Order: sequence, then structure tokens, then C-alpha cells
Amino acid sequence: MTLKTEEFLLNLGPQHPSTHGVFRILLTLDGETVVKAVPIPGYLHRGIEKLAESRTYTQVIPYTDRLDYLAGMLMNWGYVHAVEKLMNVEVPERAEYIRVIVGELARIASHLVATGAYAADVGGLTGFIYTFRDREDIMDLFEMISGARLTPSYMRVGGVADDIPDGFIDKCRQFLDYFPTALDEYNGLITGNEIFQARTKNVAIISAEKAIEMSLSGPVLRASGVNYDLRKARPYSVYDRFDFEVPVGSKGDCFDRYYLRLLEMEQSAKIIRHALDQLPEGPIKGKVPKVIKPTAGEAYAEIESSKGIMGTYVVSDGSTNPYRVHFRRPSFVNLGYLDEMLKGWKIADAIAILGSIDIVLGEVDA
Amino acid sequence: MENLFVSMAAGIRSLLGSGGLSEWATDFLVMFLKLGAILVYILVSALWLVYMERKVSAYMQCRIGPNRVGPMGLLQTTADIGKLISKEFIIPKDADKKLFLLGPILIFMPPLAVFAVAPFGKGMVAIDMNIGVYYFLALASLSTVIIWMAGWASNNKYSLIGSMRVVAQMVSYEMPLILSIVGVIILTGTLNMSDIIHAQENVWFIFLQPLGFLIYLIAAVAETNRAPFDLVEGESEIICGPFTEYSGMGFAMFFLAEYANVVLVSVMATTLFLGGWLAPFGLTFIPSWIWFLLKVYLMIFLFMWFRWTYPRVRVDQLMEFGWKVLVPLSIANIFVTGIGKYLYHSLGW
Amino acid sequence: MNPKPLEEIIEELKTRYPGIEVAESGSGSITVTVDQLVAFMREIKEKYHFNYLTNVTGVDYRDYFEVVYNVSIVEQPHMLHIKTRLDRHNPVVPSMVPIWGGAIWQEREVYDLLGITFEGHPDLRRILLDDQWEGHPLRKDYQWEGGRES
Repeated sequence: MTLKTEEFLLNLGPQHPSTHGVFRILLTLDGETVVKAVPIPGYLHRGIEKLAESRTYTQVIPYTDRLDYLAGMLMNWGYVHAVEKLMNVEVPERAEYIRVIVGELARIASHLVATGAYAADVGGLTGFIYTFRDREDIMDLFEMISGARLTPSYMRVGGVADDIPDGFIDKCRQFLDYFPTALDEYNGLITGNEIFQARTKNVAIISAEKAIEMSLSGPVLRASGVNYDLRKARPYSVYDRFDFEVPVGSKGDCFDRYYLRLLEMEQSAKIIRHALDQLPEGPIKGKVPKVIKPTAGEAYAEIESSKGIMGTYVVSDGSTNPYRVHFRRPSFVNLGYLDEMLKGWKIADAIAILGSIDIVLGEVDA
Repeated sequence: MENLFVSMAAGIRSLLGSGGLSEWATDFLVMFLKLGAILVYILVSALWLVYMERKVSAYMQCRIGPNRVGPMGLLQTTADIGKLISKEFIIPKDADKKLFLLGPILIFMPPLAVFAVAPFGKGMVAIDMNIGVYYFLALASLSTVIIWMAGWASNNKYSLIGSMRVVAQMVSYEMPLILSIVGVIILTGTLNMSDIIHAQENVWFIFLQPLGFLIYLIAAVAETNRAPFDLVEGESEIICGPFTEYSGMGFAMFFLAEYANVVLVSVMATTLFLGGWLAPFGLTFIPSWIWFLLKVYLMIFLFMWFRWTYPRVRVDQLMEFGWKVLVPLSIANIFVTGIGKYLYHSLGW
Repeated sequence: MNPKPLEEIIEELKTRYPGIEVAESGSGSITVTVDQLVAFMREIKEKYHFNYLTNVTGVDYRDYFEVVYNVSIVEQPHMLHIKTRLDRHNPVVPSMVPIWGGAIWQEREVYDLLGITFEGHPDLRRILLDDQWEGHPLRKDYQWEGGRES
């Protein structure tokens, strides 16, 4: 007698504890094994690009906070960077340094969420709380500097909104001094765990060629061994003045993608330390007219966000509102390869793989 | 103190006897009271263990945990149960209504039935059954069927996946669980729990059967569906497994039953490996039942420690570990124990 | 691998494809006609190793559509900004998925929000909006009735 088995469909999401928001994957399963996966994004689509067309250039900044809401500073930066390129604005040195400091803090905060959420995805809830505990310190720093914790809207075209408040630098240094102990804790609790390694090593390996071919970026690309970090490859702002390394993975599996983030946090901390040491005096805003009215034209600029390459395309028709704004969102592009990555793995792996890409739905769905 | 419960039982018995009841009716009533007391203990214990779990997890995660309802938050779970009772019990439209309702009703049955034979202290065993260990093993696996039934009746794909995992997991881990106990049975030559405890008067079996204890511990975690073997619930993958569709008190029953099961396997571990109610280092001035409960809660704490430290294993890794590591190891353990016992006897140590 | 400077590459491309327009500033901005697009893209990928397609998007200029591609070289600072104009009434452009697989979701997004059809795309469906959605919101003549205002 032969047993007849049948494949079945499983809707993973849009409401699911581990899709990091409202993301849906339609899985065709053979028992517990994924045969086919169809990712369906769009449940958080707010039409930010359309909204931007009816706002002034400055009014778009708060919307960018809501793209990757775990690294709002970096999203601000990506946008103002493109507008500055469009207008040919010189950003004062001090502003650039402040941007680097808050940008790298945001990168650490974002990676902390990624690390903790990944531990939770694999089933270890305690790791989640540990990383969130330390993220609070960064949120406090953001609150000091911008008045908001999650959605700072801190950057402006030509500089930053406000100068560094008293006590910020000391608090920041305090955090940096403490941070290595926190990383040790994560390594002890999550990275070193046998079960964690068994769950993540050799799972969903992406080859370097495939990663480039599929336009993956950020830790997902670098975990495959491709040394492509815009801060090094095409230094923007003042990144050419800092001495840091770009960690790369060797295998391209889930573990490499996870571990790379820990290594990147270490480097970010190093950059912040350098920036605090070198922080020059001076103005924090360049010569930008009160009403921003770029001449007709277009500009595309990219920065290295925590999830990958964040690009902004701005078209101006000479009015006070942008004619068209487009955001190249790294999580969105990285997800394009998800369907292939999931094939042949178990349901539990599907969650681990999705977590290792580290998506933020605000960014995916814009 | 030592004989608090034993003399209480004797007092009630003589009271009933002087009341003119026949021998048979007295026995029946006393037995009924004993089982009732155990039932109350298990339910209250399950309730407080939720609180303990929340506190333990909170301290492990640099939090404080419940601290608002009652002194130190001690009444938190009581309030939770009150809330859950008052909530609507939703039965999905396409669910198999009878089976769906039967699940939470039956889920408490296996652990309660097993507790009847557990020796809580010197002379404190409701039914001193001569096949106690066997009875425990036979009944403990019953909960598999009930959980599977609940998952199947829910008519939900996540529940179904969870139910299939229950069956697969229980079948693979029942085996090493039973085999790990065989070592103890070889040493004592009895299935009676009180006798097994008496046999540990000189040395606890955890020292004679360290491997057996380790295998029992791992298999017990898997039996109770707790992390790192909580694939059945696996909240980051399949929401809540077989219990996904349950709400209100139905959900609470499964939730509490998990803790009853944790108490159960801890009681068994204490009885079989940790010397039951025997006092260590001759500290006999502390009553035996306190010693027993201390050991049980130590084991429970261990289970909680596991849960809040380890991530979850994958389903194929679970099977592989069960069949390719635990089963061979437990068989080797039996083999070594047998040889050891033979040598012990023939050399006349 | 040390690629040629961007200016040299653009000069070479200019002689090989007389139809292209190059913006004067050193922005690397090139406008290509639709019928030349595939050959052009293949060439920059195979000959000049532009192996990384970062961005695909489109703009509605009321009279015509423009599709924008940003192509760069991994581990190098180079980037080309390639544009192509489409007829507004029949917006069809060859898909870049056969050349750079990474275009797959970005082209779906452009299709979804601007209604530009990518010929040869393996899976051209709406991606952000509902499958039953009418119209393409990022077009300048898009009108939407309802919402808070109505």
C-alpha cells in the first residue's frame, strides 16, 4: 500500500508573531517542508512617495522617519543627502560629524533590534529583552538630541535641526564604554548557544554571485563575503576620515548574517568614538534659504543604512514641493530573493530565514 | 510537623469511625479526601507556578515581573484566571464542537490520575500501588491523545501542524524516558515508588545513574512541551500549536495543565533519582514532605531556567536527537547498569 | 579588478551608441532610447562589469514616462544613472530581470504604482496595492475619490 500525501497551503501572516509586522507569505507545504513560497507585501503601504509630492521639501523629512522606523535617523539622512545633492548645498563639518554620530547610533539601535528579534524568532525570548534593554540607552540619547525617541526627524536640508545638548557627549561615551560588555552578554546568551548554532548554521546559504545578481545589500550581502559597504566603497559625508573595518561573512548562511550585525555594531561604536574625539566646532547648518526651492533637475543619492543601501531619487520642477520622490528601500529589494531562499526548508527555518534578512515593514511597504 | 498530614488523616479516620460508619465507608471517604487534597494542591500549585515562572523569567530578563495585584504580585495569576473565566469561550464555526470542548475538560485527567500514586512524604501516599512507575508511564502518555484531539478538532492548519508535532515528539521521547527509568528499576527490582525511595537511603540514584538522570531530564522537558522542546506551541512559528483556537478558560486549562505536567515530571524525578522525601545529610528535623517539595521545586526551577535560556530546536533535529542520541544512550545505560549490578552481586561488595 | 574611470566609460559608450544623450555634468546620467536599452544594458554589464542594479524607478512627466535605472559596480564607487523615455499612452519597456535578477520586485513596484509594463518580466503582478486596485497612484493624473475629505 502506498500512502498518499498532499500538499497544502498555509497563510503565514499578515498577522503572525514572527513576520516583524504585517507581512504575509503564502506557503505551499509538504508536511513541514516548504515547497513554494509567495511573499505578499503591501499591508503597510501608506503611499509615502505620493504623499511627498504634496509636501514641501522639509515636510517630507518626518515621513522618512516612518520608512525604517527602527533607524529613523538614517532614513532622514538618506533623504536630505539627496536633496543636498540636488541643490548643491555644502554641509558644515560639525553637522556632518553629528550626523555620523547619530547615524551610527541608529545603526546600533537597529542592529540591536535585529539581533534580539532574531533570538526571539529562533525561540529564545530572553535575548530579545537583553538587546532592548541596551537599545533604551540609545533611545534616551535620541530623546536628548531631538526630543523624540523613535521618529527623530532630526536632520534638515543642509545640516541638522539642533546642536548637541549639554551632557550628550558624556552620556554617549558612557554608553560606548558599557557597550562591549553588552556584546559579550549577547555572545554568551545567543551566539554561543549550541541550539542556536544548530538552527542557523548552513541554513539558506546565499552565494556571493547570487547576492550581487539579486541586488541584495547590507549585512545580507556582506555575509556572503562581498565587501560592499558604501561607507567604504563610495564614502559620503565624512566617513573617509574614520578608521574602521567592514566585516564580511564567509559562508552566507543565517548565522553569518546574524553574527555580522554584532561585528558591525562593534565597528559603529568605534566610528562614534572617533567622531566624538574629532568633533569640530562651527555652525550646524549650511547656507540654505528658508524656503527650499531647488532649480528643476534630478538627483539620486545613496547611503548605507542599517539594512543595506538606502537610495533616494528626487526630481524637482522648480517649485517648493518635490515633483517626484522615490526611495530605494533596502529591505524591500532584499526580500525579492525570499521565495527562492525559503524553498526546501522547514516552517521553523522559514521564520529563521526571514528574521536573518531583518526587514522592517514600514520600509518594505513604504 | 513530620506527621502533620499523616496524623490528620488518622484523626479524620477515627472521627469517622467513632461516628458509626462502617470500615468500608470510612476507607472510601478518607481516600476521597486524600485525592481531593491532592487535587487542590495541584491546582493551586499550577496557579502559583505561573506566577513563579513569570517572576523567574522576569529576573532572568532584568525585569521585575508582576508586582501589582496582591503583596508582591502574588495574586496576579488568580486575577488572570478570574479574567479568563469571564471571557467568552469561542468555538470556531468549522470546529468539531464535541471534541473541541472535550479537549480542555480531559487535559487535567492524566496528571491528576498519576498524582494519586506519588509519595509526597513519609507515609504520605494516597494509593501505595505496587506498579506505581508503570502506572505513571502508562498514564502520562495519555495527554498526547488529548492534545492531538484538541488540535484536530480546531480545524486550523496551525493547530494541525502542532498536533502532528505532539504525536511525533511524544512517540520519540517516550522511548528514552522509559528506558532511562529502567536503570533505576534494575537497581531496586521494584516498581513501587515508596520502595524505590527506601532503596535510596544510602545513596541517591542520581549518583548511581547520572546518565539515566540526564536522559530523563531531557526527555521530561520534551514530554512537557517546554523550551527548548516547545515545538508543539512554538509561538514564533505556529502561533500556539493545538491551542491556537482556544480562548478564555479553555485556553487556561491547557495552560495550567502544562504546569501540572511540569510538577508531575518533577515529582517523578525527585522520587526516582533525588531520593524522594529522604532528608540529605541527616537533616531529619525538617519534615520529609518539606524536603520532597523542596526538591520538586528545585527541579521546576531547573525547567524554567532551561526555558528562558535556550532557543527552540527544529523538528527534524528534535527527532534526530531523540532517536539517534537519546535512545542508544539510554540502552547503553541499561547495559552498563545490568553489568554493574551483576558484578556487584557476584563479587559480593 | 580596477575599472576605467567613469568619464572614459561614458566616452566609449557615446561612440558606440550615437543615439544616447549624456548630461554634461559628471553625474554619469545617460538617456537611452527604448529599442537600444537591452543591448546597452547588456554591454555595460558584460563589458564594463556594472554588475549591481541598485535602483529602478519611474517618473510621470505628463507627456511621457521616464524609467530610471541606477547601476553600479560592487566594491567600486562607480554609478551610472540611465534613463529611458516611454510613450505615455503605451508605456512598455523591456524587463531587466534577465540581466539583473534584482530588478524583479522593483519592476513590479513601478508597474504597480505607475502602470509601466515590463516585457519579459517573469511575474508581473501588483505588489504593494491590492490586486483589484484601479489605476496607478503615482501617475500625475491619478484621481481618488473617498477618504477623509469626502
